[in-house]
Amino acid sequence: MLIIGEKLSIIAKRVREAMMNRDKGPIQEIARAQYEAGAGMIDANIGPAEDGGEELMEWMVTTIQEAVPLPVCLDTTNYAAIEAGLKVHNNDHGIPMINSTSNDPERFPMLELAAKYNCLIIGLTVGKGGLPADEEERAAIAAEIMARAMEYGVSLENLYLDPLVLQIATTQEQAIKVIRAVEMFQQLNEPPMKTVVGLSNISNGCPKNVRPILNKYYFLMLLNAGLDAAIADPAEMKEAMEEKPLFDAVLAGQEIEDKEKMQIMKKTIDVIEGNTLYAHSYLEM
Amino acid sequence: MAFVEPKETFSGRVIPVTIGTEIQQTFGGENTLPFHKFEGEIPNRPLIALEIQDVAPEDWPETVRKVYEGVSEDPVKWAKYCEDELKAKAIAIRLVGTHPDNKDLSADDAVKVVKGVLDAVKAPLIILGSNHIEKDAEVLPRVAEVAKGRNCIIGKAQEKNYKTIAAAAMANEHKLIAMSELDINLSKQLNILLTQMGFSKEKIITDPMCSALGYGLEYTYSVMERIRLAALAQNDEVMQPPLLGDVGMYVWKIKETQASEETLPEWGSLEERGILWEAMTASSLMLSGAELLIMRHPKALEMVERFVDELV
Repeated sequence: MLIIGEKLSIIAKRVREAMMNRDKGPIQEIARAQYEAGAGMIDANIGPAEDGGEELMEWMVTTIQEAVPLPVCLDTTNYAAIEAGLKVHNNDHGIPMINSTSNDPERFPMLELAAKYNCLIIGLTVGKGGLPADEEERAAIAAEIMARAMEYGVSLENLYLDPLVLQIATTQEQAIKVIRAVEMFQQLNEPPMKTVVGLSNISNGCPKNVRPILNKYYFLMLLNAGLDAAIADPAEMKEAMEEKPLFDAVLAGQEIEDKEKMQIMKKTIDVIEGNTLYAHSYLEM
Repeated sequence: MAFVEPKETFSGRVIPVTIGTEIQQTFGGENTLPFHKFEGEIPNRPLIALEIQDVAPEDWPETVRKVYEGVSEDPVKWAKYCEDELKAKAIAIRLVGTHPDNKDLSADDAVKVVKGVLDAVKAPLIILGSNHIEKDAEVLPRVAEVAKGRNCIIGKAQEKNYKTIAAAAMANEHKLIAMSELDINLSKQLNILLTQMGFSKEKIITDPMCSALGYGLEYTYSVMERIRLAALAQNDEVMQPPLLGDVGMYVWKIKETQASEETLPEWGSLEERGILWEAMTASSLMLSGAELLIMRHPKALEMVERFVDELV
């Protein structure tokens, strides 16, 4: 399992300010904390970065790799910024990843870069239109992205298919469909296609105390479905891995000693599987 | 081999709610989908209440306003007319006059109106605020108090003011409408919050927010349908209170119930059109799960009642 640390995102105020001021301190501190918690790659989300994106991505990649011996996941829609980041990336720390291409023609050029620099790339299974309705639509889009990748000369082993995790608070029925999509994606090729998710979106919009619970147990269910990588909070994922034996027991319908934890796990499984309707206070029911 | 009709049965049941004292009405109580009497028990018909207001209905279209001509200036007369002449099974009084953008009537004014109506009629009463968060929190507790002992429905409690209104409904032994804005998860959340403050789920009526035919009815329809399925198939206890379709106020403000025959002759008779529009909206919501409806035009109500006659 590859955990791609999600914390260096322009959405976070502290990170955004550090990016704008080119202040290495907070960036390297966050990168180190994620490395120590078990991240195998660091996501650098600089947003659309229309102005000065190239220079910012270069700075991010070198700043991160100065602090930790990890590859970087280059996260922006700005093609030039991705290329600038790839040029300065130290591949002794591992192969970088492009986040992302999709079935939207505007995103096809990312495949060119993946072929040119022989790096990993995420294929988000969305098209130009609306969001995919179910796992079948996701698999159909995945097949198109795979064909396109081969056309551009990207090895399928370098392509990570992303089913697009949606918010459980507003689109509960999608949670289980994404798990099924992860299963289906693997069957699209031999050896099986690799899969990745942007995990925390599952709990976006949920109360603070509920978010880590949903993130952890959803991750474990995806892991059981064969997931290869997750853009996530490495500290949370570490906790999840520690809880995995207990969680698997509860999933299998067994009793565990900690009844309170068992209830939390059961209720969360029911919400993810769609057996009960999600509400912000679902754990208090 | 004989053909066996497939039947879908459910573990959950909608909570039956009884309102009123001298005259009582009960709705809800079924353990099957709307009108699926071949699959379960449906002990009660949906209840349809006629809507009146604390102030003259100046913003209602002429076609429905003229029905109440001569009585709608006075809520007491209006209520009596609904009970005696129109044989309303229940009356919903909406205190729109208390809204700050309307006449900004005080809680004292509202208390007087509600007291007058309570003294004049025996039919169960639904007492509605003006849908203004702060003003409702001020007015509804006062009218709940004056209606103590009459087993009314008070509403609507929303996420931002439910505590005050629910506390008043609880203290004065009324039922409560819990309204959220077309979001099934928030609807469940509000019902959980109410039960967490000690309000019995047996006394809640869920309002997932209505919409008129042609103006998002399908959203309300879908939310109601999913709430009903959660109540029945998943046995989700907080989703088992009956559902409200507050039809009249959404139907009688849209173009189709107002545009004149001169402007749009191809749309046909304005009066007939409005009545049909309200009846169609109400029947659709009944089919998706509404057990309590609030309507304005007695002819539309009559149509829906006839429709129910055919189905029960």
